[in-house]
Amino acid sequence: MRFVDEFRDPELAEVLGRQITSLCEPGRHYKIMEVCGGHTHTIYRYGVQDHLPENIELVHGPGCPVCVIPMGRVDDGIAIAERDGVILTCFGDMMRVPGGRGSFLEANARGADIRMVYSPLDALRIARDNPDREVVFYAIGFETTAPSTALTILRAAKEGIENFSVFCSHVTIIPAIKAILDSPDLRLDAFIGPGHVSTVIGCRPYEWIPRDFGMPLVCAGFEPLDLLQSVYMIMKQFSEGRAEVENQYSRVVAYDGNPVALRVLADVFALRPFFEWRGLGSIAHSALQLSPRYAQYDAELRYELPGVRVADPKACQCGEVLKGVLKPWECKVFGTACTPETPIGTCMVSSEGACAAYYNYGQYAKQRLNLEVLR
Amino acid sequence: MTRQLTEDLVGERIEAMRRRPQRFRDERITMAHGAGGKASRALVEGLVVPLLANPALELLSDAGLVTVGGARLAVSTDAFVVRPIRFPGGSIGELAVNGTVNDLAVSGARPLALSAALVLEEGLAADVLEAEITAMAAAATAADVPVVTGDTKVVERGKCDSMYVVTTGVGLVDEGVALSPGRVRPGDKVLVSGTVGDHGIAIMLARGDLDIEADVRSDTQPLWSLAAALMAAAGDGLHCMRDATRGGVATVLNEIALGAEVGIVLEESRVPVRPEVVGAGEILGIDPLYVANEGKLVAFVAPEHADAALAAARALPSGRDAAIVGEVREEPPGRVLGRTAFGGHRLIDMLVGDPLPRIC
Repeated sequence: MRFVDEFRDPELAEVLGRQITSLCEPGRHYKIMEVCGGHTHTIYRYGVQDHLPENIELVHGPGCPVCVIPMGRVDDGIAIAERDGVILTCFGDMMRVPGGRGSFLEANARGADIRMVYSPLDALRIARDNPDREVVFYAIGFETTAPSTALTILRAAKEGIENFSVFCSHVTIIPAIKAILDSPDLRLDAFIGPGHVSTVIGCRPYEWIPRDFGMPLVCAGFEPLDLLQSVYMIMKQFSEGRAEVENQYSRVVAYDGNPVALRVLADVFALRPFFEWRGLGSIAHSALQLSPRYAQYDAELRYELPGVRVADPKACQCGEVLKGVLKPWECKVFGTACTPETPIGTCMVSSEGACAAYYNYGQYAKQRLNLEVLR
Repeated sequence: MTRQLTEDLVGERIEAMRRRPQRFRDERITMAHGAGGKASRALVEGLVVPLLANPALELLSDAGLVTVGGARLAVSTDAFVVRPIRFPGGSIGELAVNGTVNDLAVSGARPLALSAALVLEEGLAADVLEAEITAMAAAATAADVPVVTGDTKVVERGKCDSMYVVTTGVGLVDEGVALSPGRVRPGDKVLVSGTVGDHGIAIMLARGDLDIEADVRSDTQPLWSLAAALMAAAGDGLHCMRDATRGGVATVLNEIALGAEVGIVLEESRVPVRPEVVGAGEILGIDPLYVANEGKLVAFVAPEHADAALAAARALPSGRDAAIVGEVREEPPGRVLGRTAFGGHRLIDMLVGDPLPRIC
């Protein structure tokens, strides 16, 4: 397929892999964190690591929007959905995330009406089509998806649709990266920056990372060659003794971001004083809520919610995995008690979650197999 | 080194978990149980089969075999609950005939007769029903198999989605035909009879939730003539066939890998996929390997017969785009590995539940 195959060319990948290898300092081990879950997915889906030398280790970061939702907020969603006359809507990969009282899929089996949508505008359409029902959109995601939620709220306001509200769990990326860098048990060398988030916020918000921590960050696209090129750019910085923010994904990301989207975000949302991240704990100013001007669309104000903080299961080490301290297989329950069909932690749910990606695409198996491939 | 050893240990523990007999422990049925992946497997192997236990059922084939007076009869049944009932490339009536014909065909059975049971929703328009029965008739004629008995039931409005169809088929397995996962062995080539993912993507687009316009049509078609051609071309070298319906080609490969205790390596760049299907899959974050087909089979053929089988398939309209896409290995038993078009490797596991679109 045009404009896709070009970014998945195995020959170019080999060339890039060789160039990356030639930039490696002998004996040095490089730990590069890809912040975004989309990158994690690409790495495993296409076997990107197979083109990298052994001393470059890709560490999976906290950027899976589904994985960071704490159990208590899943329960809040179920509580809303169980009210008479409510239709709860959410993105597909949210359906299987376990809360304290099971997942949305299980809530549906008990009689709730939770529907999968592809865009918040679909949720608004459901509200328009069902004027006698209350429709709630369960909003998740980083700055990537927040603008579409914001625009949907503006549309609802413009059309005067009153049976629509948003349960907002949008989070912001920068505080999460800060939390990781403040974590004492982690040693990283560089970041692959989240391409989709950067289309909105641009590259400037990352400049403190090279400045204060001396680490390169390269904003990357989501095709396998994008990732390889980003690793190459990072290695180039190392070899030239630089640490900067660079933009590999320039075909989509503007250095200053998308000013229209940023204006809409500032209009519709306000920063929460703090927000609990699954596995990472409470992080200050790390999430969005509806600004007072749009309070009537705020499901948290419209409905009485349990709002109970549910502790993560003891055995679950999602936090360490999200911070990149543990590799997925190093978690005590990985692949045995915690599997994609019976996930204990969120990292095992979404295909962007580090554990699910690792499990599904089997990096653990690769090491044991000398693959002579069909030719 | 120690790190790798530990990782190996984790891998072995996971393998052991995968091979444990399936248990069904859910409190209620969720949509995941109907999606053809791991949850469906737990439902069937952990609840249904143990309770109805008998040797024919326990083989978990597309059709059960019954011997009557020396003749081997294959019996297969399937329920069809598709929304919308008409979609580009077909409709529920046509699907219901082809689906059962194909379950028989991949079992090596010449379809002899079908039954059809219709569950109709109160209020269903008569012309809609007539169109579906007409479609069934046309499909039965095309597959050269009569519908010899049937049943109708009507349920209250809202208790079913327009109409459901259940078809059962009986077929005759010729002497000398022996197809089963147990015959698949290292060295066998994996043949896919055409483009994958067409039906599932066509249905997703036809639901209209997506606002994607693409010309993707369901591939619903009878596969008996293709199956017969493969049997004639490869003879005893044809070891096993499966139709790649719910759960797609990836699920079939996993079932065979587990059932035959072999490894399967798939060369992803050789799998035929329509560009429109690739595109829709890209947008939705869904892998066509896991998407349902309604007119494609996967065949396991001894290497010395693979070329003849491929040529025989390609000579027929239903196998025009057939390709050899992979190979059976001894290692790793029970696993399917993909060599990606990018030149890397990945593990192709069974699906957990419905393929869920990714958020971004």
